[in-house]
Amino acid sequence: MNDIKSGFRHAAWINYAALTVVPVSPMTDSQIAPLNYFLHSYGPASMPTMHLGWVFVALLLVIFIIVALLLVWAVLHKRLTDAPDSIGREDAGMRWIYIGTGLSTCILFALVVYTLVTLNTVSKPAQAPGLTLTVTGYDWWWKVEYEDADPSRRFVTANEIHIPVGQPVLVKLKSADVIHAFWVPVLAGKTQMIPGLTNQQWIEADAEGIYLGQCTQYCGVQHAHMGLEVVAQSTAEFEKWQNAQRSTAATGSAAGVNAGQKIFLDQCAGCHAVRGTEAVGAHAPDLTHLNSRRLIAGGLLTNTPDHLTQWITHAQELKPGARMPSMMLTATELNALSAFLSTLN
Amino acid sequence: MAETMQLDQALPVGSEGKHSGGWWGVLALIATEASLFAYLLFTYFYLASQSEQRWPPEGLPALLVPGVNTVILLSSSVFVWASERCIQLRQSQWSLASMALAFILGVCFVAVQLNEWSKKGYDMASNLYGSLYFTITGFHMLHVIVGLVILMALLLWMALGYFDHRRYAAVSIGGLYWHFVDVVWLFVFTSLYLTPYLF
Amino acid sequence: MTDAVENTSAPALTRIPEMGSAPIGSAAEIRLTELWESAPGWRGWLSTVDHKTIGIRYLVTAFIFLLMGGVEALIMRLQLASPNQTLLTPEQYNQLFTMHGITMIFLYSLPILSGFSNYLWPLMLGSRDMAFPRLNAFSYWVFLFAGIFLYASFPLGQAPNAGWFNYVPFAGLEYNTGPNIDVYALGMVLLGISTTVGAINFIVTLFRTRAPGMSIGRVPILVWGTLTAAVANVFAVPSVSLAFFLLWLDRQTGTHFFDILNGGKPLLWQHLFWMFGHPWVYAVVLPAMGIVSDALPTFCRRPLVGYSAVALSTMATMLLGFGVWIHHMFATGLPTLALSFFGATSMVISIPSAVAVFAWIATIWLGRPVFNTPFLFFAGFVILFVIGGLSGVMVAAVPLDLQLNETYFVVAHLHYVLLGINVFPVVGGIYYWFPKFFGRMMDETLGKWSFWVMFIGFNLGFFPMHISGLLGMPRRIYTYSPHMGWSEVNRVTTVGSFVFAVGILIFLVNIVVSLKRGATATENPWDAPTLEWAVPSPPPAYNFAVIPLVASRHPLWEERLDEGAGRSSLDHGYLLMEGRETIGTTPLDAMPDVILKMPEDSYAPFFLGLFSALIFVGLLLHWRDFTVLMVLACILSLMAWMWPRKALVQRVPDINYDKGAAHG
Repeated sequence: MNDIKSGFRHAAWINYAALTVVPVSPMTDSQIAPLNYFLHSYGPASMPTMHLGWVFVALLLVIFIIVALLLVWAVLHKRLTDAPDSIGREDAGMRWIYIGTGLSTCILFALVVYTLVTLNTVSKPAQAPGLTLTVTGYDWWWKVEYEDADPSRRFVTANEIHIPVGQPVLVKLKSADVIHAFWVPVLAGKTQMIPGLTNQQWIEADAEGIYLGQCTQYCGVQHAHMGLEVVAQSTAEFEKWQNAQRSTAATGSAAGVNAGQKIFLDQCAGCHAVRGTEAVGAHAPDLTHLNSRRLIAGGLLTNTPDHLTQWITHAQELKPGARMPSMMLTATELNALSAFLSTLN
Repeated sequence: MAETMQLDQALPVGSEGKHSGGWWGVLALIATEASLFAYLLFTYFYLASQSEQRWPPEGLPALLVPGVNTVILLSSSVFVWASERCIQLRQSQWSLASMALAFILGVCFVAVQLNEWSKKGYDMASNLYGSLYFTITGFHMLHVIVGLVILMALLLWMALGYFDHRRYAAVSIGGLYWHFVDVVWLFVFTSLYLTPYLF
Repeated sequence: MTDAVENTSAPALTRIPEMGSAPIGSAAEIRLTELWESAPGWRGWLSTVDHKTIGIRYLVTAFIFLLMGGVEALIMRLQLASPNQTLLTPEQYNQLFTMHGITMIFLYSLPILSGFSNYLWPLMLGSRDMAFPRLNAFSYWVFLFAGIFLYASFPLGQAPNAGWFNYVPFAGLEYNTGPNIDVYALGMVLLGISTTVGAINFIVTLFRTRAPGMSIGRVPILVWGTLTAAVANVFAVPSVSLAFFLLWLDRQTGTHFFDILNGGKPLLWQHLFWMFGHPWVYAVVLPAMGIVSDALPTFCRRPLVGYSAVALSTMATMLLGFGVWIHHMFATGLPTLALSFFGATSMVISIPSAVAVFAWIATIWLGRPVFNTPFLFFAGFVILFVIGGLSGVMVAAVPLDLQLNETYFVVAHLHYVLLGINVFPVVGGIYYWFPKFFGRMMDETLGKWSFWVMFIGFNLGFFPMHISGLLGMPRRIYTYSPHMGWSEVNRVTTVGSFVFAVGILIFLVNIVVSLKRGATATENPWDAPTLEWAVPSPPPAYNFAVIPLVASRHPLWEERLDEGAGRSSLDHGYLLMEGRETIGTTPLDAMPDVILKMPEDSYAPFFLGLFSALIFVGLLLHWRDFTVLMVLACILSLMAWMWPRKALVQRVPDINYDKGAAHG
């Protein structure tokens, strides 16, 4: 687990109020709005766009103020008292259109050029990406596969992406069901994940931290709760994390754990996988290193034993419509399962 | 007073040929239906160009039967045109005969195509090509059938003596729709049957 | 001239149209009233083809849909007022936001403008009716039935739920198994019929049935706006109808257009949908801009600045509007080159709009504003237009859009352009033309209150959405966490939306009160320039006792404008009363061309509309025999409608068994 501070507020779960988290990043005020890409950017894939946004907003605000003042002045300025019945001549006034449209066109042209330059800058990284991963959108979670030339070094995880700081990362985007969109606002713009296609984009983080992401293409009932996190680490930390992820699950030998593993294989392995056991389910998040992740349920809950058991037994109340059913387990079964899951570090 | 308008000349009354509202209406209808076929063919080329397998997957389409059918349809158009011409020349019997022949040729087209359809080894739901083929030719067939209903109505009204060389707007309007249906077939035929040979 | 009581008596094939005058109360005018009035009671109600009645129907029905869509929005705003609320389940929320979009975009925003145009066009153009009166009636009935069809699913909890843009595969059978999407698909194809025939009616009316002398450069800008929208619809609507039909085929007959496993492509849906969708959004604002261009000058006591520029900019906007649809798809992974082209065009399309904005400001500046309610709405509209347009320039910039897309920033933009450029001119337009429609003035005090409450409420509700969008709030989410920083902004938005609703309520109260107790309106209470103000308020069934002869853009201001233009002739013109008649003119110069015989009232449009709708009911419920029966019923209704009639001189007057000049 990374050394992070996290806070959460507890709400009565039976009201399907989701427990949520405050992400941490270098700038403390982005704790207020973690998806705020307008004021915060942490990488070269989004920085030029942020500046573009400032220029646009500033310029357009000025234009709006000028036009609004013109309108107000047009309405309010004093007129010579004419005969009340008279009708103004038709031909005056074209100059307004020429000047106004002319100025607008010049400004617009400049904006178009600046925009195209920015587009060119953010569409590809300055150097070739050193890391490639594939993110596949599922209803309503993210499968993350780390590629490598050597197949034995590939691994699968879910919902939490780790990247090394200061390097561009190529993210290939697929979908297992409907159209989703991958978006980590403070790092980069968004790209749709379209079934049948592989799209791609690049991200890069220039500072260590945790960056929140969100699905941004309406994909069904729980589109609102399809979040992800990108964790940027120093190269050394990242390597450590990668190696830990590559290892298979070390299953314990205590009797309670074995009972839990049995329950897992019976009831969960149809969907979930734990590398190193017989669980090879491919429809749900890979749980091999479940406890290395900060959040569960597609970003809905922090990963604590309590939340985990609540999720297992009341998934449909916390996230109605999710593919995870509310599992009917007795207290003993739940305890055993919980013990097993706690070994998945 | 309005400037230099001629206000005292005699004007035609009612639906007179290309002065009629109906003529303009059918032109606009043709514009929208032509757009529909444009979007259908866009769909065809879009999906074909992205297909990962060879296209068409059922092999190159045979050209003889649809080629002959194209000739049948085009000649029915000729007879519709001739029918309208005969009315203008006050040859009402020839006009009726011509229209009847056009109708029969149209029915032949439908019969031949239905037969062609039944001989295909695939249907609408078999694969993407089948979906495209039958939907596009199906839309066209629908327009042909509507056209046949129109031609039938024209035949009926002509037999009842409704039209003469002064008033025959319905024949022009209905005829134009039929010509449109034929022109669309040329595009459909080229796209579905001929372009596979070119690419 | 015969006393033609019997409409089936043989009219001549040509004649010189009689000129004269027919003051109220004269024998000629009474005769005209008899010819044109519809039967009273339910008979007239079902069979009328009077464009004014149909126009009011469109206005009322569209407004009811606006209120329904508004209620849907208010319920959503209650859910979103605070984080993690549980007023609605996710499925309920998703159906609400989908129906809100469908209602506002398809059942309100175009039909309301059709209502204005239907009512006003013949009056503005100096004609007795639209070119195709029965088609007009038909287009309304189909619109009504399509709206009912779409809403019938709601009480069953099976309303469409995939967003109004309905992307596949989510809208496909695999992920959406209920009838929800089938209702949407079939309802849209049915509605498309109404839109298309309505558009055809506008186009032919413009080109054929104007008063003599009303050359193309003299028609009001509302007419330009609606014409442009109509031409666009003729070419664009088939795209969405096809998309929905293909989706329905995939869902119900097993075709594979969007079936990924068999070569289908989800992006095909996006292309077909947005190739229609983008021109559509211009179709629902350009006529409303035309309303402002026609009504604002009245309250500035001068003609519009730059008539030609504004007319051309209307057409330019629409034309460019066909070339920007990819800007709804910037995030789909298309090549950067394509994105650059469409992005640049999407930014450039704001230039013709700038022409219109400066024309309006110049008109106010150079004129003498009359500070009444309609003026307030039109002046307020300019501000909202500018905000919406500027936020549009932002979302047009491709890299920015990759951040802004699918966030509340876009929601802010689209509501500023849709409410700002459609609803505000519509309400202002109702205040303007209410006296003409109903013969009564609306209350000024209530009017001003309604404007300020609406204006403040709208900005309070929707401006903060720019901020929540910039803070990363995605669209189409039924709730959000308290830690995202969106809570306060959403609270303000909810309050604003309710304030706006109060403004609408005041407006509705004003309508009811004014209908009952409003001051009687004269022919031209605003001293406005265009032809509709030359007839009584409300107009008689025949519109114009004599077809006027037009000499300028501002027939009622000619004396005072005195710019060397000729003088229109309003009291002396074509009588055209041998049955229901109006004049047909050449397309550009409006020279008299043909005497058009207008059809009597007919039940065929109602029945054809009903049977058409029932075809789609049959398709939805998989009742094959019923569907076939309805098709036959439609064919019969159409035959009855199209049967050549002597009275309309669609056939020769006498049965002629002439064997031909040279039988051989």
